Amino acid sequence: MTSLILRTMARYLLPLSLMFSIFLFLRGHNEPGGGFVAGLVAAAAFALYAIAYGSAAARHVLWIEPRLLIGLGLLTALASGLLGLATRRPYLTGQWGYFTLPGMGKVDVGTPVLFDLGVYLAVTGVTLTIIFTLEEVE
Amino acid sequence: MIALAVLSGFGAALAVPFFFRQGRSAAGWLIALLPMALTAYFAALLPRAAAGEPQAFAYTWASELGLHLSFRADGLSLLFALLISGIGALVVIYAGGYLKGHRHIGRFYAWLLAFMASMLGVALADNLILLFVFWELTSLSSFMLIGFEHEREAARAAALQALLVTGAGGLALLAGLLLLGQAGGALELSALLARGEALRASPLYLPALLLILIGAFTKSAQFPFHFWLPNAMEAPTPVSAYLHSATMVKAGVYLLARLNPALGGTEIWTYAVGGVGAVTMLVGGYLALTQTDLKRLLAYSTVSALGTLTMLIGLGTPLALKAMIVLLLAHALHKGALFLVAGAVDHESGARDVTRLGGLFRAMPVTASAAGIAALSIAGLPPLFGFISKELVYEAALASGPWLTAAVVAAGLFTVFVAGVVGVGPFWGRAAETPKHPHEAPLSLWLGPVILAGLSLLVGLFPESVSGLLVGAAASAVIGQAANVKLALWHGINPAFVLSAGTVLAGAGLYAGRAMVRRGLQRLEWKWGPARAYALALDGLNAVARAQTRVLQSGYLRYYLLIIVLTITAVGGFTLLRRGGLHWPVASPDARFYEIGLAALILLAALAAVASPSRLGAVAALGAAGYGVALIYLLFGAPDLAMTQFAIESLTVILFVLAFYHLPRFAQLSPPRTRARDVLVALLAGGLMTALVLSVVGVQLYPSISGYFAENALPLAHGRNIVNVILVDFRGLDTLGEITVLGIAGIGVYALLKLRSRKDP
Repeated sequence: MTSLILRTMARYLLPLSLMFSIFLFLRGHNEPGGGFVAGLVAAAAFALYAIAYGSAAARHVLWIEPRLLIGLGLLTALASGLLGLATRRPYLTGQWGYFTLPGMGKVDVGTPVLFDLGVYLAVTGVTLTIIFTLEEVE
Repeated sequence: MIALAVLSGFGAALAVPFFFRQGRSAAGWLIALLPMALTAYFAALLPRAAAGEPQAFAYTWASELGLHLSFRADGLSLLFALLISGIGALVVIYAGGYLKGHRHIGRFYAWLLAFMASMLGVALADNLILLFVFWELTSLSSFMLIGFEHEREAARAAALQALLVTGAGGLALLAGLLLLGQAGGALELSALLARGEALRASPLYLPALLLILIGAFTKSAQFPFHFWLPNAMEAPTPVSAYLHSATMVKAGVYLLARLNPALGGTEIWTYAVGGVGAVTMLVGGYLALTQTDLKRLLAYSTVSALGTLTMLIGLGTPLALKAMIVLLLAHALHKGALFLVAGAVDHESGARDVTRLGGLFRAMPVTASAAGIAALSIAGLPPLFGFISKELVYEAALASGPWLTAAVVAAGLFTVFVAGVVGVGPFWGRAAETPKHPHEAPLSLWLGPVILAGLSLLVGLFPESVSGLLVGAAASAVIGQAANVKLALWHGINPAFVLSAGTVLAGAGLYAGRAMVRRGLQRLEWKWGPARAYALALDGLNAVARAQTRVLQSGYLRYYLLIIVLTITAVGGFTLLRRGGLHWPVASPDARFYEIGLAALILLAALAAVASPSRLGAVAALGAAGYGVALIYLLFGAPDLAMTQFAIESLTVILFVLAFYHLPRFAQLSPPRTRARDVLVALLAGGLMTALVLSVVGVQLYPSISGYFAENALPLAHGRNIVNVILVDFRGLDTLGEITVLGIAGIGVYALLKLRSRKDP
């Protein structure tokens, strides 16, 4: 589609949406958000870009093949569970630690965050795979 | 350490394909180091096993299921482990020469090593479930190895046949093992073997026994399941020698021998195991007579030997069980050697048909010598190991009666015939024209047969070398109490020796008249064997599957939807009505004005979707309805759901628009009758859902678990957003399953669209 308004909007909306999606992902554990919806928002951002500029351009901006994202996401989620096994507890048992940041106090980090990252990548990958493929069908 | 020894093969299987990226065929020698090291390790465990303190290892895996990673290396297990790793090393080297330069040799080695590890697992596992897992893994690797040359139809069919027969038996085995665990109150073999009395008295004894027997009989190619083994000769020869003669097909025999102290000794055991074994022994031997293909001939002779082993276990006397162990060892040595010889002959001359082979001794003296020694052993001539084993089998049969003695002698006759056809025929007599100009096989191809045949000779000359540690310890494990085994080459002139000499003479006579025998028997061939039943059953299954697919999978999306919706409505509605599950909510809800407005909006959007004359309009209306639902989530305090719903609705509309872009306009709308039907189905399904939701509001069957999640989200999972904590932590496995499904769906869409566009550009 060659609409000037859409193209201009898409160019500015892409980074904004991506930042929003990362924001959603990071706050997900304590406030509404999380890997699933964050992945959808990221995918929507690229989908909008693809509608405005074509899927080739969107692929270029995405830089990584969406099908690869699916595998990467699944692997990340799978691997996050292995850490639980390493401490002789059932697969996927959450392992937690924390560090302190100046100004933010104590920050908890754990394997569920890694798991959520896997969900995020997989959802983005699946959605974009379908959308790009549909766009490219003759 | 034992666990490491068993599992190391799987690790090697993963690593091996990367070795062959550059196509180095010498790697066979390198890979053989692993089975060699394993052989040394298992040999070092022997003294402890013989002393009655077997090495054991246990790791709790899933204690709720009674599943432990536990291994135990007693005499019987070690005998098998030594055969598996020892012959494995020779076969690995042999395969390096046999498949030299093959495109997929890396894949071949990977499966071969995976098989070796699985088979070691079967032999050493102490836990029944663990044993079953390894058992199935051997079936699986056997499937891949038989079908290794997967471009050939025959190889694929044979692989499938072997998998179906042994897989069906495996299912029966699983049920049988679980029943056995129930009856004995434990899943560890070491515990069960001590409870033989209680097991045999249990009401579950008979069903458990029969199911386990089906599993063992299919795996060890006992009549009437014997037909898969000759067909499995489609595999490359190293596989036939290793899996389908020396090791895997003996898994059933192993299981029977292993369970003998617990389940054996009853009348049904004696008749079922002994009877099936005897029939298999005769049928296999008889069918071998007509074969002219070297490998099929050896396969039928293997069936006969497996039958003999099973029969001896059925007899169950200490003498018979000792004979079984000795025959098992002797058979692995000489039959393994003959299989490898057959492969070398095929490889160097290009022919496998015994009527077209002859006079190869001049061209391949080393191979021919190995074949000669192995043939003498299989025929049961002194001073070879086969002689000792045959004497013992005869003694065991003589002790049990004239009928069995006659059967064993007949089978012995057939075996002598096989020895002549395989060990003498191709190498002596008139030289025959072969497709390739024959010459001696390379070192890698003759090393295996020479070592195995040499062992047959050495053990025959010095039987004391194996009698105590190896055979004695194994026999003790099978009998269930310490057994004293003394093996000797010369027993003096006794009835067994006379029978043995007579068998060899008569067998030699049978071989001399082989052309006549073949012609006579080939006229008698019948069509209605078990193989025919298998073919009919497979055809029937395929026909049913095709008919069912035609009805259910019409290829029209609308019919799929119709069937799914109707099924859910009918099944769900029936259950709800019959069990009286429908209730009206007690209190009528008081709604605010904006909630009513929102409901009206959703209804209007739904109506618009139905009435819209264009696809785009319908999709936009559906999106509006979805947004309305998301607003309801928001109003009732589920911001996470609402957010996700918004994102999904937006993306769905985008997807639909992209898909519709490629579709033509509505060419024709459905006729009124179809539309009426659709309206009816939609109303039924909608009505059911509405009733269901209203009922759910009114009833609470179980206390809600949301309280638990709310209380524990922060202390246990370090998160305040309960929804997300449930998704990524409490119910993480569910989510993992969901994103996997999602990933598969994405790749499926990709594959469908790309394939289509490639076919018609």
